[in-house]
Amino acid sequence: MTRARAGALIAGALLVVALVGWARADEGMRTVDITIRFSRFSVSSIPVATGETVRFVVHNEDPIDHEFIVGDRYVQLVHENGTEPSHGAKPGEITIPAGTTAETTYTFPTTPEHIEFACHLPGHYAYGMHGLFVFG
Amino acid sequence: MNRTVRRIAVTAIAAALVVVPIASAFACGALIAPNGTISLTRTTTLAAYHDGIEHYITSFEYAGKSTGDVGSIIPLPGVPTKVIKGGGWTLQRLVLETQPQPLFEADAGFAAAPSAQRATVILKTKVDSLDVTVLSGGSVAVGNWARNHGFFLPPDAPEVLDFYAQRSPIFMAVRFNAARAAAQGLSEGEGTPVDIVIPTPNPWVPLRILTLGLQPTQTVQADVYLLTDRAPALLPQPVRPTSRFDQQGMIRQVSEPASTSLLDDLRSDRRMGWIPSSAWLTYLKIDTPASTLTNDLAIDASGYGHPDPVAAGFAPTVPVLPTSTPIALVGVFAVVLLALVAVATRRGIARQDA
Repeated sequence: MTRARAGALIAGALLVVALVGWARADEGMRTVDITIRFSRFSVSSIPVATGETVRFVVHNEDPIDHEFIVGDRYVQLVHENGTEPSHGAKPGEITIPAGTTAETTYTFPTTPEHIEFACHLPGHYAYGMHGLFVFG
Repeated sequence: MNRTVRRIAVTAIAAALVVVPIASAFACGALIAPNGTISLTRTTTLAAYHDGIEHYITSFEYAGKSTGDVGSIIPLPGVPTKVIKGGGWTLQRLVLETQPQPLFEADAGFAAAPSAQRATVILKTKVDSLDVTVLSGGSVAVGNWARNHGFFLPPDAPEVLDFYAQRSPIFMAVRFNAARAAAQGLSEGEGTPVDIVIPTPNPWVPLRILTLGLQPTQTVQADVYLLTDRAPALLPQPVRPTSRFDQQGMIRQVSEPASTSLLDDLRSDRRMGWIPSSAWLTYLKIDTPASTLTNDLAIDASGYGHPDPVAAGFAPTVPVLPTSTPIALVGVFAVVLLALVAVATRRGIARQDA
């Protein structure tokens, strides 16, 4: 009984420590707000630090759906030729239905790379819906 | 040629033009399939203006069973009183009048303020196998309606819809009903002309909508016919035709009094009895990259020669002040006026007392 209580106390303490750690980590995370209007991102480039985890909150003001896909050239190419109807499961890949807001987090690599954000719905990339992350 | 013979001749020629692939197909622009492919057929429209009424006549070409997934959105300058089937061969007759058909063409052929989020349906009607819905709403509302009703909207749609909604929140959405088209035996390539009757102070022809979904370098090809009581003033001003066969831009091919024979023929077409006994005919041929077609065609048919830059999309719409602002200004003016009157009255009384 005593061992069980001790075990429960330790488990509880560990849970509290984990929650506090998670909350602090979230507090330190930078949030970047992006608005989409007339099929254009409100920013063309976003400064980031190597290894940084960023929360992206994307507001779609258009009456059409859009995507926000973060990744290197390979990821962008896969999505440009892909057929997935919607995104949201992977970090840095979301679909933002018309008139809604969606968010995602993405951890950037520890060394500078060519990382883009883009929308790959038919014709959207060619229309100019893409931008670059600038490592500073 | 007496009238009956001419009528038969016109009908026969028009029928041949429909059956045989010709340079001018009759279809409305901005036809968009779900996969984003765009119909690039040349569009032909007639904007006829008489007694304050614009008859905007365009034709929708049936492209087979897949057409059920294809829709078209046309911005309108005002609320139409009716949307009915256009004449049987009016557009073809105008082509015949202004574009001489080469011999042996058959052999040479094959060149072939409403709610911000919800649109209000003003009118729903059927024209043969077309389902027509006239909507009122801002760009987001109309875009939402179109998306929810299965229209594919390309990435430039939000901006283009907003370009129109800033000036007129009236749009007409059209799509073929594949089942009715099949029941009516509509064959691929067959056009259904539609006459949109719009009371408006001045006629106006939407041109930028023709670029919807096109790449900047893709060419927009359109034939625009105007019938007005007198020679119209246009904005943007069309250019004169040159001898270059590849001349680009908005080219004024014809600007002259419409011939009696043309007007008689048009009037003899079905449901075209409203054609006046005299009119000025303007034929504009548009051949231009999509990137340069950023405006509409404003028309001043009054004879004053001042087409509206706002209607052409050149000038921004007049900003609307908050409704309270004029009342507040009038209030301040009234208070100042009362204060001055009071001061003057007191001085007058003081002088009288002295």
